[in-house]
Amino acid sequence: MNIVVCMKQTFDTEAKIALDANGKINKQGVSLIMNPYCEFAVEEALRIKEKHGGEVTVVSVGGPEAQDALRQALAMGADKAVLVDPGMEEVDEFTTATILAKAISGLQYDIVLGGFRAIDDGSAQVAGRVAEILGLPVVNVVTKLEIADGKATATKEIEGGSQVLEVALPAVFTAQKGLNEPRYPSMKGIMQAKKKPMEKKTLADLGLDAGQVAPKVKALSYFLPSARAAGKIIPGEPADAARDLVKALREEAKVI
Amino acid sequence: MAKGIWVFVEQRDGKIKKVTYELLSAGRKIADSLGEELCAVLPGKGVAGLAPGLGEYGADKVFVLESDALEKYTTDGYANALAGLAKEKEPSAILMGCTVTGRDLAAQVAQKLGTGLMTDCTDMALEDGQLVFTRPIYAGKAFVKASCPEARPVMATIRPNVLSIEGTQAGRPAEVVAVDTATGDIRQAIKDIVLQISTRPELTEADIIVSGGRGMKGPENFKILEDLADVLGAAVGASRAAVDAGWKPHSFQVGQTGKTVSPVVYIACGISGAIQHLAGMSSSKCIVAVNKDPEANIFKVADYGIVGDLFEVVPIMTEEFKKLLAG
Amino acid sequence: MIFKLTEEQELLNKTVRDFAESEIAPKAAEMDEKEEYDLSLWNKMAEMGLTGIPYPEEYGGAGMDNLSYAIAVEELSRICASSGVLVSAHTSLCAWPIYAFGTEDQKKKYLVPLCSGEKIGAMGLTEPSAGSDAAALKTTAVKEGNEFVLNGTKIFITNAFLAETYVIFASTDRSKGHRGISAFIVEKGTPGFTFGKKEHKMGIRASATYELVFENCRIPAENLLGEEGQGFKIVMMTLDGGRIGIAAQALGIAQGAFDQALNYSKVREQFGKPISANQGLQWMLADMATQIEAARLLVYQAAYLKDTKQPYSKQSAMAKLFASETAMAVTTKAVQIFGGYGYTREYPVERMMRDAKITEIYEGTSEVQRIVIASNILK
Repeated sequence: MNIVVCMKQTFDTEAKIALDANGKINKQGVSLIMNPYCEFAVEEALRIKEKHGGEVTVVSVGGPEAQDALRQALAMGADKAVLVDPGMEEVDEFTTATILAKAISGLQYDIVLGGFRAIDDGSAQVAGRVAEILGLPVVNVVTKLEIADGKATATKEIEGGSQVLEVALPAVFTAQKGLNEPRYPSMKGIMQAKKKPMEKKTLADLGLDAGQVAPKVKALSYFLPSARAAGKIIPGEPADAARDLVKALREEAKVI
Repeated sequence: MAKGIWVFVEQRDGKIKKVTYELLSAGRKIADSLGEELCAVLPGKGVAGLAPGLGEYGADKVFVLESDALEKYTTDGYANALAGLAKEKEPSAILMGCTVTGRDLAAQVAQKLGTGLMTDCTDMALEDGQLVFTRPIYAGKAFVKASCPEARPVMATIRPNVLSIEGTQAGRPAEVVAVDTATGDIRQAIKDIVLQISTRPELTEADIIVSGGRGMKGPENFKILEDLADVLGAAVGASRAAVDAGWKPHSFQVGQTGKTVSPVVYIACGISGAIQHLAGMSSSKCIVAVNKDPEANIFKVADYGIVGDLFEVVPIMTEEFKKLLAG
Repeated sequence: MIFKLTEEQELLNKTVRDFAESEIAPKAAEMDEKEEYDLSLWNKMAEMGLTGIPYPEEYGGAGMDNLSYAIAVEELSRICASSGVLVSAHTSLCAWPIYAFGTEDQKKKYLVPLCSGEKIGAMGLTEPSAGSDAAALKTTAVKEGNEFVLNGTKIFITNAFLAETYVIFASTDRSKGHRGISAFIVEKGTPGFTFGKKEHKMGIRASATYELVFENCRIPAENLLGEEGQGFKIVMMTLDGGRIGIAAQALGIAQGAFDQALNYSKVREQFGKPISANQGLQWMLADMATQIEAARLLVYQAAYLKDTKQPYSKQSAMAKLFASETAMAVTTKAVQIFGGYGYTREYPVERMMRDAKITEIYEGTSEVQRIVIASNILK
C-alpha cells in the first residue's frame, strides 16, 4: 500500500499577521509549521503503512524553507520526501495542484492524502483538484478511514452529521481534525530523517513550464481587518449585570 | 462569449439552504450591472417543484437537473452534472455557498472547467466590470481581494450569513428549464448517513451562537449554555480548549482549526480569547463575553462584557431573555 | 564560530517545545499542587525517545549529542521544571555513569531499559553529613564473598521511589577517604533497601525526593560500577556532566518565566497603556533577555565541549552557576512584572520562581561552582 501525502508548510497558528512595505503579507520572522491538517494526513498515512505495509512519500510545493515541514514528516516516519520549488512569485490553487499532480503521477500510489485545508489561505481545494487531474475519486473532510480489499471506507463530515462512503483505490482523501492524534517525531526518527531521501525538483524537472501552471486567480490587494474596539464592561452584581446586558442587546445594539 | 451568473442551489431532502437565497439576492445586483442573466442551477431528485420559487429571490432562469443519481449529494455525481452543463452553456460566473457541500463541489467543478476558484469569500463586488471577491486568509487575521481575470467561469464560494437577502419580489417568475443530466460514473458509494438530531441551527448559519471554553470546567456544564441557546434559538459552539479537553466534539469548534462563523451575536462564555479563537469569530456583528478574568483577551474584542462567574451570570441571562422574548 | 543549531537540533527543539506546551503545560500546576508526577507523561517521553537522548542507538538511546539533550531539558523546564529534572537526573546522574563506567553486561542489563524509558534512574550520593563534601560519605559497602553489604542513609534523592535503578556511592574503605569510595548499581526492591521520608519542598514539587535507607542490603559483587575505589572519580565526572543538565533546566525556567512576563507586559494595561510601554519595565525585560541569552551561550558551549571531547568541567560549572542565578533573577522579576497576580497560583511564574531556587543549590551549590571554577582557573 503506497501512500502519497500532499502537505504544506504554513504560518504558526499563533502568528501575528502584518503587511510589508509592498502591501503583501509579511513573512519575515514568522515561525513556520506543518499545516495542522497535513499532520493528520501524515499520521493517517503512517498508520495505514504500519497496518498494510508499503511506503509513505510526502510531497510539497514551496521554497527551500518547506524542507523543515517535510523533514518533520520524515521524522514522524515517512519514507521519502519530494519538494517542488515552483520558483514563482504568485501561485494559486490551480498552480499548486497542477504541480503536485505532476509530481505524484511519477510515483507509485494507492492512496493520496492531504489536509482538507491549510490554515493560511484556507482554500480547501488543492487536494480535490489533484484528484481531478489524476482522474481519482476524492473524499473530503474525512474523520475515519479504513482500508481493506483495495477499497476504502471513509467517514466524512457533513452538515449536521456524518456520511460513510466507499471508494475503490486509488483515491484521494483529505483529513479533518478528529481523524487521529498525530504522533510527535521520535528522537530516533529525527536522527533517521537526515538519511532519508529528500528530492528537490524544479518545474523543468517535472517537464512543466511556467505557462502550464500560470495562476488563474490574481490577488489584487491585501488588508488587515479593522481592529474591533473594545466595548464596554457592564458593571454590577451578576444579576444586575446580566439584566443590563440583555437590555443593552435589545435596546442599544438592537440585535436580539 | 461567456454569459450568465449562476448560483448553485444547495438543497438537502428538498429543503433549500439559506445561503442560496443570499447568493441569488446578491447575484441579482451583479447580473443587473453586467446586463446578464441570473440563473439558478438546481440539481437533485424530485426538486422541480422548488424551481419557480427561486424567481422571487432574483433568478431569471432555473436549470433543473433531475436525476435519480442526484438524490443524495455525491462529489462525482454533482460535479459531473454541473460541469457538464457549464461546459455547454458557458456561464461567466458560478457562485456557491461555502458549506461542506459547496466547498467539496466547487473544487471539482473548477478543475473540470480549468478555471480559478476563490473560496470562503465574505464579500463580492463589481470593480471596473470585473467580479472581485474578498476572502479571509490566516483565518481572518488578514483579507485578500482577488479576481479571476481571464479564465471563465469565475468561480467562488461565499460564506453563509455575510450577504443579505434584499429586494425579494413575491411572485416574480423564473423560467424553468429542465436539463438532460449526465452524472457519469459516481465513484463514491454512500453506505450510511448519520445525522445528529438537533433542533439548533447549524453553527455556520446561526444568527446567534453561544460558545463555551475552558471556563466551562467540564462537559456537563454545557447544559447551561444549551439552555440559553434554546431560549435564543441559537447554536452552541466551543473553543479549542474545550474541544481538546474532550468536552465537545470537533464539529462544535470555532476558531482557526475549527469553524469560522459570522453570526449577529456571539456570546463567549469562559473563553479567554486566544488569537486562534478570535480568528474564527471576530467577524461576528456583536460579541458578548462573560469571563471571570478581567484581563482575558476576549474583552478586547467584545462589544459587551461581564466580568464574573459564568455559572452565576449565564443562568440569569437565560431567565432575562426568556422574559424579554415572552413579552 | 558557528552559532547555528543543526537541522536535527532545530527539529528536536520544536518537537520538545510542542510536546511540553501541549501535553505537560495543562498538567504542570496540578502536579506541583499535588506533589506528584503524572507518569503518563514519562511514558510519552519514553515513546518519543527523550529518556536516552545522548546515548548510542546500540543501547536504545537516540544517538544524539549532549547539546540536543541540553535543549530537550531546557524546553521541558520552560514549561515544567519538575519534568526537566526528572529527565536530567535520570539521564545525567544514573544513565551516564553506567554508560561511562559500566561493563558491557551492566550496560545491557541497566542502561538499555533506562534509555528506553522502561525504567527511571536515580543517583544516591548526598547524606545528612556529606553534601558537597563527597569524601565524608558514611554509607559503607562491605564485601562478603560474592556480595557487597550496604549500610547507611542517603537524603534528598531526586527521582527516588519512581526510579527502579540507582547508582549509589558508598565507602568500601573509610580509611582511604575519598579514594575509598565506590559506585554500585542497586535495584529497587532489593531486600534491605527501603525509602525513608518524602521531602516536601519549596519548588520542583512534582519531582519525587526521598531518603534512601540501606540496612544490610546485599547486592551482587557484579553490581560494582567501575573499580573499587573509583567512586570519587565517577562522582566528580558525573557531576560535571550533570551540571549541564541542571544549567539547561535553569535556562529553561528562566526562558519560561520571561516568555510569560513578556506576553503579560504586552496585554496588561494600566493607566491606559500596556505596562510594557513603560521604560522602567522595558529595561527589566531587556536585562532579563540579555541574561538568558548569555546563559544559553554558556550552557550550549559546555555541551559542545563535552560533545567534542574537550575538557568541560570549568564551563559546565560556569554554565550552572550563571544559568541558575539567571533563573532566580529572571523569575523574581517575572513575578514582579505580574504584580499581585504573579504572587498567586493563577499564573505559572509563582511556581517558576519557587522552582528556580533549587537550581542554585543541587548538584553543587553556587558556592561550590565557584570553587570548581576557581580551582580550574588557578591551576
